[in-house]
Amino acid sequence: MEDHLEELKNRRPSELAWKTVQLARDQHRPQTLDYTGALDPQFIELRGDRLSADDKAVVGGLASLEGRTVMIIGHQKGHDLKERQLRNFGMPQPSGYRKAQRLALLASRFGIPVLTLIDTPGAFPGVEAEQGGQAAAIAETMRVFARLHVPTVAFVIGEGGSGGALALGLCDRVYMLENSVYSVISPEGCAAILWRDATEAPRAAEALRLTAAETLELGVIDGVIPEPRRGARNSRLMARRLLRSFQGALQELDGLDSAERRRARVEKYLGMGRYKVVGGHAEVL
Amino acid sequence: MHVPPAAEPSAPAAGVREDKAAAPDDGQLCRNCTKPLSEKKLRENLRVCPQCGHHYPLGSWERIESLVDEDTFSALDAQVYALDALGFFDIKPYEERLREARMETGLADALVAGTCRIEGIPVALGVMDFRFLGGSMGAAVGEMFARLVIRAVEDSLPLVVCTASGGARMQEGILSLLQMAKTTVALEMLSERRLPFVCVLTDPTTGGVLASFASLADVIIAEPAALLCFAGPRVIEQTTKEKLAEGFGLAESNMEHGQLDLIVPRGEIRQRVAQVLTLLRGGEYRHEEPSQPDASQLPGRGGQARRAFARARESAVTAGRRLFGRDSSGGGPPGGAQE
Repeated sequence: MEDHLEELKNRRPSELAWKTVQLARDQHRPQTLDYTGALDPQFIELRGDRLSADDKAVVGGLASLEGRTVMIIGHQKGHDLKERQLRNFGMPQPSGYRKAQRLALLASRFGIPVLTLIDTPGAFPGVEAEQGGQAAAIAETMRVFARLHVPTVAFVIGEGGSGGALALGLCDRVYMLENSVYSVISPEGCAAILWRDATEAPRAAEALRLTAAETLELGVIDGVIPEPRRGARNSRLMARRLLRSFQGALQELDGLDSAERRRARVEKYLGMGRYKVVGGHAEVL
Repeated sequence: MHVPPAAEPSAPAAGVREDKAAAPDDGQLCRNCTKPLSEKKLRENLRVCPQCGHHYPLGSWERIESLVDEDTFSALDAQVYALDALGFFDIKPYEERLREARMETGLADALVAGTCRIEGIPVALGVMDFRFLGGSMGAAVGEMFARLVIRAVEDSLPLVVCTASGGARMQEGILSLLQMAKTTVALEMLSERRLPFVCVLTDPTTGGVLASFASLADVIIAEPAALLCFAGPRVIEQTTKEKLAEGFGLAESNMEHGQLDLIVPRGEIRQRVAQVLTLLRGGEYRHEEPSQPDASQLPGRGGQARRAFARARESAVTAGRRLFGRDSSGGGPPGGAQE
């Protein structure tokens, strides 16, 4: 009996983490284009990277949010099979990241704040993607975001999968929806490597500390947007909550000039990580 | 309908990669050309097979020796150690993996950083070591990288980094992913001062390291046949169900696709790096055989020691605050990320 209780205690957290992963991946969750539609019915999508393609896994464009123009850029996974295939399940090609760069730079030139919505299993792992410079596209996107003159705010709205997610995440403020996840590797991938068994994904999900609450605790994000009890399904409701946080963040960020914001951004990300420093004294004394 | 099995881009490869050629096999034959190859010969030749030119992995200290003018390397004063921030458990606790890696390599973590001279040019040098948990990038590597950049900025040195990494360090979860952002913003301090960054990619450089600072260098050099890719051949094959062409993801293929500048055999990297650095600062390059360092040319030791003392107490974030941007107001409370 006691053993059984002990086991239950041990099992429960992993079920919680795993349940969150499933909610985060729920295809009925609002996605970027649901948010843009709810935030501004007149949202105008801008397309293409001006180099090679228009990646459907990354969408972006201009919206007017209560009178203020905002550039919204986000991953789009798609809701049904047809859309999911069209959007490659939200896994961007390098052209998707280059589109994001183009739109972010465009916004920066016109003093338009940037709002990103993160929802991807990761950047697409394919031959063409590699040859087209997937790694460089992600790195360069982070660099572009580090240099933007305008306020930038990111929301992880579903699945924050690895470098493909972080590419849109180097922002002044980062928030996660309550049932979204943010992780260096998918639980399946992690389990396959560490336990050599992808069915251990629930355990990996727990070990990775990928929930919004844990990510907040680790100092990676600035806040958590609450969801209704059964998860985010209502895009109008979620869009309202997201807008409130966005405007709160803007209020703080508008108080800084462009140089101060860039500087604060560099400091913010230099502060990421936990480690221990030893030495430096002996040589001097 | 569900998403196809996890695309795992910056998946760490700590211990995952099948070691295709860590050393010649027991029969002392080169694993590539299968001709006789002794450990001694290999050691004398920077671990490159003299017959076929196959590049075997090189530890960080051997790498440093192969690159810098004799006795000029001086490691940064402070050492940065990883912490088990997640309480990560798998088959082995992360703490234990760290202890073993430290014992095996004698290193604090997977990035050795310091200052040196390369053909007489003062340089801030970072070298990753694949033996340390697959060269994976966790918070210690990120912090060490940031400190190296700060040192380069303080002393107006060009930055040279040799990579060897499976990507982000899974055991540090989201904090390891964020090291991609950390190293990226660290480089902002360097580019703001127009100091050059040359990256030398060695086998393998994949995932989060390739998708962050390694791809942001001003000039990118690779060793022959180094595996350089974001997702890794196995993940790509699993996801796309495609059989990959021979040579996929190797330096030569990456160069054809415009992803790097030069492929340079190990023995010539030192002079190529020196040439690039010389040209970038507008000088005329003349290759000179390594000579004894001139002590009077080294950065002043007195000032260095004083700064070392100060540096040991501040994290990259406080130093970054001091260094980034035109004004140097400094001060302010520390970032709070450092334990």
